[in-house]
Amino acid sequence: MAEIMYWEALQRAHDEEMARDPLVICMGEDIGVAGGTYKATKGLYEKYGPLRVIDTPISENSYTGLGIGASFLGVRPIIEIMSVNFAWLAMDQMFNSAAKVRYMSGGQLTAPVVFRSPGGSAHQLGAQHSARMEKVFMGIAGLRVVTPSNPKQAYGLLKSAVRSDDPVFINEHELMYNWKGEVPEGEYFHPLEGSEIARSGTDVTLFGYNISVHWCLKAAEILASQYNISAEVVDLYALSPLDRAGIKQSVCKTHRAVIAEEDEAPCGVGAEVMAIINEECFFDLDAAPVRVHSALVPQPYNHKLEMAAIPDHEDVVNAVLKLFGKA
Amino acid sequence: MKPEDKKRVLREMVLARRFEERCYQAYIERKIGGFLHLYPGQEACCQGVMEAARPGHDYVITGYRDHVHAIKCGSDPKEVMAELYGKETGVSKGRGGSMHIFDVKHHFMGGYALVGGPFPLAAGIAKAIQLKGGDEISICFLGDAANNQGTFHETLNMAALYKLPVLFVCENNQYGIGTAIDRSTAVLDQFKRVCGYDIAASQCDGQDFDVVHEHAKKAVAHVRNGNGPYFLELMTYRYRGHSMSDSRGYRTREEEELWKQRDPIFILRDRLIDAGAMTMDAFHALEKEIDHYIENEVIKFAEESPEPNVAELEKYVLA
Repeated sequence: MAEIMYWEALQRAHDEEMARDPLVICMGEDIGVAGGTYKATKGLYEKYGPLRVIDTPISENSYTGLGIGASFLGVRPIIEIMSVNFAWLAMDQMFNSAAKVRYMSGGQLTAPVVFRSPGGSAHQLGAQHSARMEKVFMGIAGLRVVTPSNPKQAYGLLKSAVRSDDPVFINEHELMYNWKGEVPEGEYFHPLEGSEIARSGTDVTLFGYNISVHWCLKAAEILASQYNISAEVVDLYALSPLDRAGIKQSVCKTHRAVIAEEDEAPCGVGAEVMAIINEECFFDLDAAPVRVHSALVPQPYNHKLEMAAIPDHEDVVNAVLKLFGKA
Repeated sequence: MKPEDKKRVLREMVLARRFEERCYQAYIERKIGGFLHLYPGQEACCQGVMEAARPGHDYVITGYRDHVHAIKCGSDPKEVMAELYGKETGVSKGRGGSMHIFDVKHHFMGGYALVGGPFPLAAGIAKAIQLKGGDEISICFLGDAANNQGTFHETLNMAALYKLPVLFVCENNQYGIGTAIDRSTAVLDQFKRVCGYDIAASQCDGQDFDVVHEHAKKAVAHVRNGNGPYFLELMTYRYRGHSMSDSRGYRTREEEELWKQRDPIFILRDRLIDAGAMTMDAFHALEKEIDHYIENEVIKFAEESPEPNVAELEKYVLA
């Protein structure tokens, strides 16, 4: 397995799928001639031309709708929305058209479209460029939501999303495009449902997804070496549908749970995982589950304020220590 | 167009009118739920455009006033009525309802209930045609009020930029829900708003089938011949309210009567009678025959069809 960067993994998935099927196209702002803000579509314009690598105007709702309309006829568009903050503008088409068309047409139409968009705090981008919005997408019937935590998942999830007959939203993180990881040399399809045990443990389960998986892994390391606590890290790469069985299985084993998310707490991934724990394994718990999350504020510009607003691995460690009465 | 074809068109327009009036009755009887947006008064628009296009071959998409467009594309009126009744035999298997008629085998790509929502979808369908290299065109029927959505401007820009084979038909019935166009829109002639995107456009009477048909032939040819999008504005009028709960307090009965004197069915009927191609007796017989068909086949089918199985509530959410 070769180590490549997250953006390279995405680029490779685009390239392979476009080479395989002439009806796979990609579209978005600056993705063609400019090569993509985060390079996920680098070199594709030169290789596949302007009919299939479409530089769009800054009209999020309508270029998203255009991709959805094309998907009704079997085209498989990969639509990049430059920042998830701009996806608010495209939600009408994503939610009202893509997610509902299969149901309201009685199964006649489906929208096999992939939406890719990064969110998250990435060095003082301020309130309108730093939001996380996975909780908004994961509440929508008819829309799949996945969120890769490493290059292997980024590659494999995009490959699977392109082949899926459902609309899939891929939630990426602006900080992670240059992160490295191993990706199989051969073709690899990551499942769009389920979860992954990123580190096995026995005393507490740390649930993370996307960037927070890395906080959890770092926290698990510290907990093991400094506090003799064995933490299991579960990577929730699929946010909709969530892996009910996987969540249950791990919590039944460890009897304690911490859910880490960069998003704000209300109506979020943590809230949803806690609800599942309540429903599935309440009597297996040795302590009440805890959420680690951002402060409920628009992201501040000032660096110190920004760091105070978002959690990190230390917050995860502290949450676990509280669970064990050690803090 | 031959007199025989015009008689067929007249028949389809009468069917469209009687179908919609029967829906009104069924709604009052609570057989049809939800919102119901009816088409009487605008029949020449759909007929004139689609007679110039290829129904069932060209792709059609529209808003929530969609029953008649589906039937014109080839949908069985029985299945459309069954959909309004919420039955499993409905075109959308009872999951869609009046505002979400879909019949993909006839290339009717759906009714959508967000005003202006179909604009980009229509452009996307055109993009798919462009990629696949087919000779179909994408036709988007919407009302004048949709033109005040951002999707109108964003989509026109992209349709022109990518030279997409899409025909935008604006059925200007002069009301957006209950607000008159001169109270919501700075420029009343909708075709003028399109010049900012360098898109070919024209405007004509939407009550006279022959006039619509002539203009639509040019518009369809323009799009099919690879010249990019076209915007056709048809001046028309909606006899009923926006939907069933609308008592039309925002306009005068005099205005309504004035428009009813230019009824699209009567205009075509009288022209056929004047040309000696039809008699008034034959027209009345046609109306009776259609009423009989609607009552004894369309309504009967909808009434007698089964409802969806509740155990299949979650079918069709994901593939």
